Amino acid sequence: MRSVAPPSVLPDPALRCRSGRSSFGKPSNWLSVRCADHASPPRRGEIGGSVGGARRNAFLTLLGLIFCLFPLSVFAADLPALTGRVVDNAGVIDAGTKAALKQKLAAFEAKGSDQIVVATIPSLDGEEIEPYANRLFRFWKLGQAKENNGVLLLVAPNDRKMRIEVGYGLEGTLTDLHTKLIIENDMVPAFRAGDFSGGISKAVDDMVMVLEGNPEELEARGKRNEEAPFNPDDLFFGVFITIWAIIFFGGMAASILPPIFGKKLGPGRYRWLGMTFEPGRRSSSSSSSGGGWSSGSSSSGGGFSGGGGSSGGGGSSGSW
Amino acid sequence: MLAQRLASPSVFRTLPVFLMMAILLPLLSGCGYNTIPTAEENAKAAWSEVLNQYQRRTDLIPNLVETVKGYASHEKDTLEAVVAARAKATQITVTPETLKDPEALKKFQDAQAGLTSALSRLIAVSEAYPDLKANQNFLALQAQLEGTENRIAVSRRDYIQAVKDYNLTLKTFPSVLWATFWFRSNEPFANFTIEEDKMQPPKVDFGTKQGG
Repeated sequence: MRSVAPPSVLPDPALRCRSGRSSFGKPSNWLSVRCADHASPPRRGEIGGSVGGARRNAFLTLLGLIFCLFPLSVFAADLPALTGRVVDNAGVIDAGTKAALKQKLAAFEAKGSDQIVVATIPSLDGEEIEPYANRLFRFWKLGQAKENNGVLLLVAPNDRKMRIEVGYGLEGTLTDLHTKLIIENDMVPAFRAGDFSGGISKAVDDMVMVLEGNPEELEARGKRNEEAPFNPDDLFFGVFITIWAIIFFGGMAASILPPIFGKKLGPGRYRWLGMTFEPGRRSSSSSSSGGGWSSGSSSSGGGFSGGGGSSGGGGSSGSW
Repeated sequence: MLAQRLASPSVFRTLPVFLMMAILLPLLSGCGYNTIPTAEENAKAAWSEVLNQYQRRTDLIPNLVETVKGYASHEKDTLEAVVAARAKATQITVTPETLKDPEALKKFQDAQAGLTSALSRLIAVSEAYPDLKANQNFLALQAQLEGTENRIAVSRRDYIQAVKDYNLTLKTFPSVLWATFWFRSNEPFANFTIEEDKMQPPKVDFGTKQGG
């Protein structure tokens, strides 16, 4: 719709646009947007002239509104997917241990809502393990949103490094020292002997033991989180309802308010806020926000997902 | 009487105004009025977390110094350097209100960097004392220091991101419209410079990392 009219057709808005610069103190990057806006041909019944500014503002506001509605989703492409409680991408845990770990961790989450996830990755690609573990933890959102009670046990066999990353909420229970001792006493000796399954399973046992060491606290945490955990689909639903409501009520407002506040131009035509409204006809200002951007809310397969927790870098790392 | 008042034109004139407000005010927040204050508060909160973690490190140091003193009392210079650097670092604070001032942030950064390097020297020195290395208290402090350095790194990263988001809202469309018309006094926050951010945290792992 914009950029159709050649600039020569509308010389004076461009001029006006340039002269308007002095009145706004800010530099040009957004002014250029305002100017570009002028390239669109005047709509039906548009009078240009003095109402041009108001129309421009209204249009910009509308444009801004549309931009606001686009969800900005950031995907970290190089992080592995959370496929379960044990993500063995490096393939160092044997099947029996894996099954046992999954069961143990699921049972433990059922008890106190703490989410422990074991992950192995083939390579860190030169990154330090601390930032990588923190990124992965936050990407997977381990732990319940309100408690941040997740723990990530990360092993990078080819880099010979491991880390236990602890969520905010468990830093006081599973302290840096605990994780350090678990790494040094359980994992390092076993890993040196090549027994990844044994080391990891021992470390998980000890972490569970530490976290269970404060049973009242654990039970309280479990009770607080008995309600169904946060479902991301709810968010999508909410966003859609909001958008829908804005479109719906916006349309209603566009048909109700102009006759009340606007200036009557003709039968069924009103001028309000610099725009021409024709409530009778389905046209003009109702700005369909360019359909076709459905956010494919795919289901998180596997039935296990992070609860929305975060980590501030608690825990410790080691190497063997 | 009531019917009369309800039917009076003034009610009819004010009702639509309220109606319009009810419809337009949510739109106001929907189209970005809140963007700038939200980003600003996020950046301030991220800064508080940075301060919090640096404070945590500061609090660990007296204990660490005492423990090392018990085993390596003649490493006087190193110990004193740590104490002096700590004293210097505690003097310089940057409140969220002064975040706009790059100079203040630079000073803070330099003081903390001085403490970081003094600490790493202390840790390097203590490597020569097997008794100290075997001390449980020292092990605990070492683990905590390591964890704190990592938390500092995380909180700095979060702060850098939050400031980036905030500064972007002041410069990019559409929130720049709000910055122009409404939040004129908002200024971009200063951020950590790259040089310091690339600096390594002190190595506290006593050469156990040699294999990796």
